[in-house]
Amino acid sequence: MEKIGILVEIKDGEIKKANYGVITGAWGNDHELYALVLDGCGPTYKDDLQEYGVQKIIDISAKKGTIQWNPELWARAVIHTMNHFGINTLLGLTSAQGKDLLPRIAASLDAPLVMDCTSVNVAERTVTKSQFSGKVTATIRLNGTQCVYGIRPNAIEPKPAPCEAEVIRHQVSVEGEQMMIQQIKEGELTGVDLTEADIIVSGGRAMGGAENFRVLHECAEVMGAAVGASRAAVDSRYAPHDMQVGQTGKTVSPKLYIACGISGSIQHFAGMKTSGAIVAINTDPDAPIFEKCDYGIVGDLFEIVPILTKQLKETLGN
Amino acid sequence: MQIYVCVKHVPDSAANIIVKEKNQFDESAKSVMNPYDEIAVEEAVTLRERDGNSEVIVVTLGKEGAINTLRSALAMGAGRGIFIKTHERPDSMITARALKAAIEQDGKPDIVFTGKESIDSEGMQTMYRLAAELGMPVANNVVAFSMAEGRVTVEREIEAGAREVVEMSIPCLIGAGKGLNNPRYLKIPDIMKAKKKEVKEIDLDSLSFEKPSSSLEILELELALEKRQCKILKGQPEEVVQQLVELIKFDED
Repeated sequence: MEKIGILVEIKDGEIKKANYGVITGAWGNDHELYALVLDGCGPTYKDDLQEYGVQKIIDISAKKGTIQWNPELWARAVIHTMNHFGINTLLGLTSAQGKDLLPRIAASLDAPLVMDCTSVNVAERTVTKSQFSGKVTATIRLNGTQCVYGIRPNAIEPKPAPCEAEVIRHQVSVEGEQMMIQQIKEGELTGVDLTEADIIVSGGRAMGGAENFRVLHECAEVMGAAVGASRAAVDSRYAPHDMQVGQTGKTVSPKLYIACGISGSIQHFAGMKTSGAIVAINTDPDAPIFEKCDYGIVGDLFEIVPILTKQLKETLGN
Repeated sequence: MQIYVCVKHVPDSAANIIVKEKNQFDESAKSVMNPYDEIAVEEAVTLRERDGNSEVIVVTLGKEGAINTLRSALAMGAGRGIFIKTHERPDSMITARALKAAIEQDGKPDIVFTGKESIDSEGMQTMYRLAAELGMPVANNVVAFSMAEGRVTVEREIEAGAREVVEMSIPCLIGAGKGLNNPRYLKIPDIMKAKKKEVKEIDLDSLSFEKPSSSLEILELELALEKRQCKILKGQPEEVVQQLVELIKFDED
């Protein structure tokens, strides 16, 4: 039976929710799912992973213990594990970590790789992904003995497929990296990363100033949402670049995207067009965003958003 | 130092893409230098301006029109160019091998810069493959860069605004992210001067490298049509918000 590897991403001792969509994308009756875990706590994720159909959990460590984060070492550890267990297909998230790991793995294996897939068929070795700033959907076939897939976070709806998983400890020896991670500087942003948020509230040029983003943050907090920004808002220094959604910012795929005072350029849509529902709030009834959203409110965000926050508090409070 | 910058000629992000013959697109679309590659060129040129003793060589692989992107990079301050010509759209496995072959045929790179990704194919991998081919460490999505005594220190943007500080020895490869710098505007005299700068043309087929055992095959390109039908909510602010709350509650279930 073919073995499919899932590179599981963990943050602060918890499996990132977006992993479950990757597992669902890989799931099939005729192959076995192997979850590759590198944080040293493999056994603790057994319940969560088997719920979605993972049969084997490979708890990967070095002889000295857990392998400290270093993309070169982690990539080598994953390759070692794939070769040891005969895993020829690997899936992971197109997250910040996945973007640094999956291409290293594919380059070392000389295996084909498609990043940011919006759908995947591991049996046929085909995927779909957006190209040209979201204007085109490409269907791509991977030709090679080993294949690597990066899945866009939230692009595949997770489906439970319970089974009983077995935990296997696997020791690898990885040394001699060319690069050193000196430190991680925490950013000003807290909470969920934009690319993995279920709900995003974004502000555009109409925000008029950095301090006004507070209105969006208050609303986001009620829903457990992340706050984004358009390029116009970032270029006007109302928001840091890490918050930018769009062509030269982040690509997001939340269930709900609320665009406040964003006109809706092609470049902005490139970053959020695969969202579930798109809501636009804008004073200009002719703004292009109203042609490409699901629900529109013609009005001033500074009036609408606080009302939304208040009503959501009442609704969700019940 | 020899600083190489790899750039790509891509359709402008605002250009209309026309799909033809199932898996091709009309390449007459207005094309420009990949925006992240401009940042890479800017960083390389700034580095040369600071140390005075370096050479910046810009390399591209592409069809006829890619010469324009090469000229733009030369106008920004790169010293000379290498143009690997092809009639195809090679995947990243071939591209990385071709770039490596052309660079090594030309000189001995101390630093290679690229953009963090290209906005046409959005493959997000060529810099990693090139680094592996060249046997260099690589850091991508770099937003701060410094160099001292043969060591490079970079900051990479990771998630939720956090940055990872990475140290590498040279030679190494740097993938430029937005925020690393603001690329300069081209001045007419520089554009004129760029026309006289040396560009070495190489045919892709004349480069010798081992053919990759794997490939990506574009089966189909399809225009992503916008299927959303906007429903404008009408009424007083309190009422429209109430409608919206009902709708998004429903959508979440």
